[in-house]
Amino acid sequence: MKTRWKTAGLACAIAAAFTAGGAFAQANEQFVPVLVYRTGAYAPNGVPWANGFVDYLKLINERDGGIGGVKLTYEECETGYATDRGVECYERLKGKGPTGATGFNSLSTGITYALTDKTFGDKIPMFTTGYGRSESADGSVFKWNFPLLGTYWSAADMLVQHVAKKGSLKGKKIALVYHDSPFGKEPIPVLEEHAKKHGFELLKLPVTHPGVEQKATWLQVRQQRPDYVFLWGWGVMNSTAIREAINVSYPRLQMFGVWWSAAEPDVLPAEMAAKGYNGLSLGHSNEKNAGVHKDLMKVLYDKNKGTGKKEDVGHVLYNRGMISAMLLVESVVKAQTKFGKKPLTGEQVRWGAENLNLDAARLKALGFDGIVQPLKTSCADHEGTRKARVHTWDGTTWSYTSDWYEADNKFLRPMVEAQARKYAAEKKVEVRDCKKES
Amino acid sequence: MFYRENGQFKTSYADDQALLSIKQDKWFIWLVLAVAFAVVPMFASEYLFRAILIPFLILALAAIGLNLLVGYCGQISLGTGAFMMVGAYAAYNIAVRIPELNILVVFILAGLITTVVGMVFGIPSLRIKGLYLAVATLAAQFFMDWLFSRVKWLTNDSSSGSVSAPVVEMFGFKLDSPIAKYWFVLAIVVLFALIAKNLVRSNIGRSWMATRDMDVAAEIIGIRPVYAKLSAFAVSSFFVGVSGALWAFVHLGSWEPLAFDINRSFTMIFMIIIGGLGSILGSFLGAAFIVVLPLVLNQVPIWFGIPISTATASHLEFMIFGALIVFFLIVEPHGLARLWAIAKEKLRIWPFPH
Repeated sequence: MKTRWKTAGLACAIAAAFTAGGAFAQANEQFVPVLVYRTGAYAPNGVPWANGFVDYLKLINERDGGIGGVKLTYEECETGYATDRGVECYERLKGKGPTGATGFNSLSTGITYALTDKTFGDKIPMFTTGYGRSESADGSVFKWNFPLLGTYWSAADMLVQHVAKKGSLKGKKIALVYHDSPFGKEPIPVLEEHAKKHGFELLKLPVTHPGVEQKATWLQVRQQRPDYVFLWGWGVMNSTAIREAINVSYPRLQMFGVWWSAAEPDVLPAEMAAKGYNGLSLGHSNEKNAGVHKDLMKVLYDKNKGTGKKEDVGHVLYNRGMISAMLLVESVVKAQTKFGKKPLTGEQVRWGAENLNLDAARLKALGFDGIVQPLKTSCADHEGTRKARVHTWDGTTWSYTSDWYEADNKFLRPMVEAQARKYAAEKKVEVRDCKKES
Repeated sequence: MFYRENGQFKTSYADDQALLSIKQDKWFIWLVLAVAFAVVPMFASEYLFRAILIPFLILALAAIGLNLLVGYCGQISLGTGAFMMVGAYAAYNIAVRIPELNILVVFILAGLITTVVGMVFGIPSLRIKGLYLAVATLAAQFFMDWLFSRVKWLTNDSSSGSVSAPVVEMFGFKLDSPIAKYWFVLAIVVLFALIAKNLVRSNIGRSWMATRDMDVAAEIIGIRPVYAKLSAFAVSSFFVGVSGALWAFVHLGSWEPLAFDINRSFTMIFMIIIGGLGSILGSFLGAAFIVVLPLVLNQVPIWFGIPISTATASHLEFMIFGALIVFFLIVEPHGLARLWAIAKEKLRIWPFPH
């Protein structure tokens, strides 16, 4: 039996050597897999994100001629927000291009969970900008995950900070209306901790996928009359929730969406009636006039090379997709400083992502000033920055209605580490000593 | 001409009762097994293993399980996804709580737990038939969805509700390379297919088929419907449970109840309808059809260099898929397995068809 495994392994190795041998002769290209959903219940939110992501890659190619002379190639793969399709897409795309996939943006917490275990073997970084598993902020365990700009735990913490500012939370009720999936359940541990700390009561109201049926949930809201509702929804669930809130006449001013529940597709169906609905913004809102947008217009949209519609450029989720692509590209830029201006492997890009240092000057040069907060990653901290403001829908557009909040890392870090250590023990993952790696 | 059994005489009872009575069939099956075990691993890429072969084999196992129930015993079930879910979570709970247990034992225990659950949801079949039974099994789907996303103990208090399988290890050998996983799954599926093939031609299988064809008549000739129906539910659930455990542990690695939602149940039903009801071979053909077709439809425009947007490709996939299902239901209701049988018959009398 043993020899048979060995023979097979040898056969595999030879086959791999052949394919790899062929790859050396290939073009000067960096392959970026793009996992998207342009169909199904989550398409209204998935499409702008995908357009923003792809547009930025196009921009880099058209404006700069690629990264350091290395052209970007990409291929989209439709996941439909389904975990098994996401795994299939991952397997399909991870080996493409001369050096394999640069890094994955899964755009689904469920898919992130399924792929995290695989990244250790495949050595491909996972970028989960503003989503993914919260404990993966601890890079000493989650070597390959990068939940840049903020995790759901940070988001939950900032939302509580925001409502606590309006008056003591003691004896109050906060309802969490969440998508019944790994995504929606992420904030629960943090909110439970906060409930203990501040003395408020947490009502957990799950909504089943895809979220078009919420009558029962909002009936409970009507009965219980919580002081605040936190909405942790995605896709059609958000717009449905806002409409149901209008039906039971729950004041929108007391509703707060996480940054994935506060974009145009969520509020547009109700338009004026959604007025007053609040959401956390992931450092950005629907800015349309940053430097990068002007470049996008000049290089792509004025020449009819844009992916989506011209007027959608700068919408909340479009910006989110664009920022996700930018962080991936910047990781490659950083990695090129160490490994040279050539197509890089996922492992090399991971180094770039872990040593990102986007200061205000760099962001201004990129045209992202005001949209992205300066961030710096390290071995221990894969999140980079954890700041957000609250923005409010006034019936026609989003505008900021609060000061900056920063997630309380003193409070969150022990939870992140405990959860990460638990994962490491379960999966027998080696924990890196971040003090040794500088 | 190509496929003739002339001159093959059966001289013993053993010959008469052999699984495959014709020599050509025997060679063919051995050839298929040889290719599957030895040739495919030499040439297949990692993508082929992970995205096509492994899901195909696991779903084929589930399809066999469902076929035993629907195709052989005539009890329509829309709860396959739920039973796969039970298998997956049962295996997860056993593996997490008793880590030193051999993974094969874990899978068998998971199968047995699913058997019990399947029998419980099979009880209504004693009173109701057809469409009504389908609706009753649908209850299993919704109940399991609820159970595994609400009862925290079952997901080991995972905060996100998503659980991830421990590393699959057997006799000190880690099943983490695609080739090892492929062999592992292939061996299990071959074994189960053999069991299923033998079951359906044994006394128990005949009692299922008698119940399917006419339950009143079956009862009159002495078949106890309670026994026949519940045994079909039990065996079917065992197969489906093991396949669910494999799907979770070997294919996905990490999952949430949504991975086994109602769509999974529908896909499984389509699989056996397209493949062929009441046929073990049909289960394989149906699984291959369902797994491979969407990928082919997605890839073909790229091969021809016609750039179509991701959304169009995805919609096209749904349309062609739907059209093909309708086509099969109208043109060949007995599925691909029947087409295969016709082809064999044609080859037998070639070149003189009558």
